[in-house]
Formats: sequence, C-alpha cells, structure tokens
Amino acid sequence: MINILLNGEQTSLQPNMTVSDLLEKMGLQDKRLAVEINLDIIPRSEYQSTRLNQDDKVEIVQAIGGGQHRIKALKPTQ
Amino acid sequence: MSNTPANDTPLTIAGKQYASRLLVGTGKYKDNEQTRLALEASGAEIITIAIRRTNIGQNPDEPNLLEALPLDRYTLLPNTAGCYDVDDAVRTCRLARELLDGHKLVKLEVLGDEKTLFPDALQTLKAAQILVDEGFDVMVYTNDDPLIAKELENIGCVAVMPLAAPIGSGLGIRNPYNILTIIENANVPILVDAGVGTASDAAIAMELGCDGILMNTAIAAAREPVLMASAMNKAVQAGREAFLAGRMPKKRFASASSPIEGTFF
Repeated sequence: MINILLNGEQTSLQPNMTVSDLLEKMGLQDKRLAVEINLDIIPRSEYQSTRLNQDDKVEIVQAIGGGQHRIKALKPTQ
Repeated sequence: MSNTPANDTPLTIAGKQYASRLLVGTGKYKDNEQTRLALEASGAEIITIAIRRTNIGQNPDEPNLLEALPLDRYTLLPNTAGCYDVDDAVRTCRLARELLDGHKLVKLEVLGDEKTLFPDALQTLKAAQILVDEGFDVMVYTNDDPLIAKELENIGCVAVMPLAAPIGSGLGIRNPYNILTIIENANVPILVDAGVGTASDAAIAMELGCDGILMNTAIAAAREPVLMASAMNKAVQAGREAFLAGRMPKKRFASASSPIEGTFF
C-alpha cells in the first residue's frame, strides 16, 4: 500500500493506481472535476496514464455555488 | 427576462454579448432549488461559482449545484473567492480552466482582510498580470480607487469591478463619485461588485453609468430571495433606462410645472 494526501486527508491506496483508478474508486469518474498532484494540474487526457506515487499531495476540486464566502481557500500542501 | 433598450448596446465582455446586465452569485442560498429559482427570476446570464475540494467519501452523491442548473442558459464565471494571496488565486483560476474544459473567463479577487474582505490592491495587480499573460479573460474585483481601476484595465483585464461597499454588507454605493470617475475614465466594462443591499442600490449603480452589477448576498440573504431577484432584475433595467434617458438637472429652487398664463385667480 502507498500513502498519499488526498484533499488534505492521509489515504492508503494500492500501489500503481492511476488517477482514473482513483476517481473510479471514489465514484467520481463521471463528475466534472479538476485534479492536481503536487501542485501540477493533470489534464483529463492524462488521467489513465498518470500513476499515483507515495507521498503525492492530491487535490480533487469541483465547482460549487459560491459568491464570496469566508471558506478556507486551497492551501499549498506542504 | 431582460431586454436591451432600443437605444442601448448589449453588455459585451471578452467579445461576447449579454442581454442582462445583472450578474449573480450562486452562494448562500437555502438549497439548489432556491438557487435555481432565484437565478431564473433575476434574468442573469452570467453566474459566479467557486472552486472547492470535492467531498470524498462523505457524500459523493450529494447533489451538485451545476447538475441542478440549466447550464445552457448561463455563462459560468469561476471566481477566486476566499483567496488571500496571488498563488492561491492563480492556482484557482488554472484549476477552473481545467475543470471547465478551457473556459477562459474568470473573476479574480484577492482579499486583504478578513473583517472587511477588501481586496488587496497590490496582490490583485500581480495576480491580474499573471493571469492575463496566461491567456485568461480576467474580470477583476477591486476597490473604488480610480488609479487602481485604470491600472487593472491597462494590464489587460476585460472588465473592472469596483466594490460598492464591503462584500455582504448591503450598504449600497458608499462612494458614487469614485465609481463615476472610474466609469468616465474606462475603456472596458465597469461592473459594480459587492455591497449592494436592495433594489434602489442597483438602480443607483446603473444610473451612474455602470455597465453591469454583480451581487450575491443582496438576493440570497433577502427574506424572499426569489422575489428580491425579480426586484433586482427590474431595478437594473430601470436604472439603465434612466441613465440612457439622461436625468433632469438638480435645482436649488422649485420650477413650476404648470403655466402661469390663463390663471383665473
């Protein structure tokens, strides 16, 4: 198993999972999303070919209703 | 729905025309259904959305707002709500562009202070430059300083959006003369953003000559949001028509409306 930081939470995964695999595992494969690994945006066309590695910091984001909230913004994960 | 008056031109932002000069945020409503109804009553064509982490594991089936809206009716305007620095704002815009398949129109806001939610002018200028260089069409939230507004235009922002008053304050236009100066000096659309509280505030902004208005709390925090959305729709149109009609001058003293000849007393 490998450990990644997924949306701020420590998460264990099978090794060699791709971004596609991860989205499917989370039930998100058909959703309108953007994926970022270690601050790099992964284009949709590369989901099948991008593997997740130990200690990757992954952000999966979506559009939500929002005007101007005091919600915490995405923080660069350390 | 909104109509462009006969002697008016449509609102044009980044080369696209819009019949409605009212832009609306999608936050703070009771639920997706109220959001949908309020947006419809407002007549808005451009709606702002925020970019946030997906809920993983907790509620993957939670109804997503975008799935509840007739998206063919709206132009989505992702914003950088909640960003306090250049990096977060730029990162948010890049993610939004990926999320929306290359959609370039974004609303930039870089906040400087949690209490007032005033924009940080220096960070806003830096972020705007980066985003414009990366090919985004940037609509930018700013304070009502005419110099900053002009500089944002010079950087290449497609629209400049001075605040009326602090976000969510409902105070209306605090400094109409600054807004007027910004409008008179601008070669890009000027849209008042933030601080509008009720319909008359919206009409006043349009009477100053604004090209449009963006609001969220004014509608969402009204007792009856859908009704307020309808009021705002009309107020924006009324204010625009009044502006185009050219108001009468204000006078120190009275000026009778009826003739003196023919009086029988």
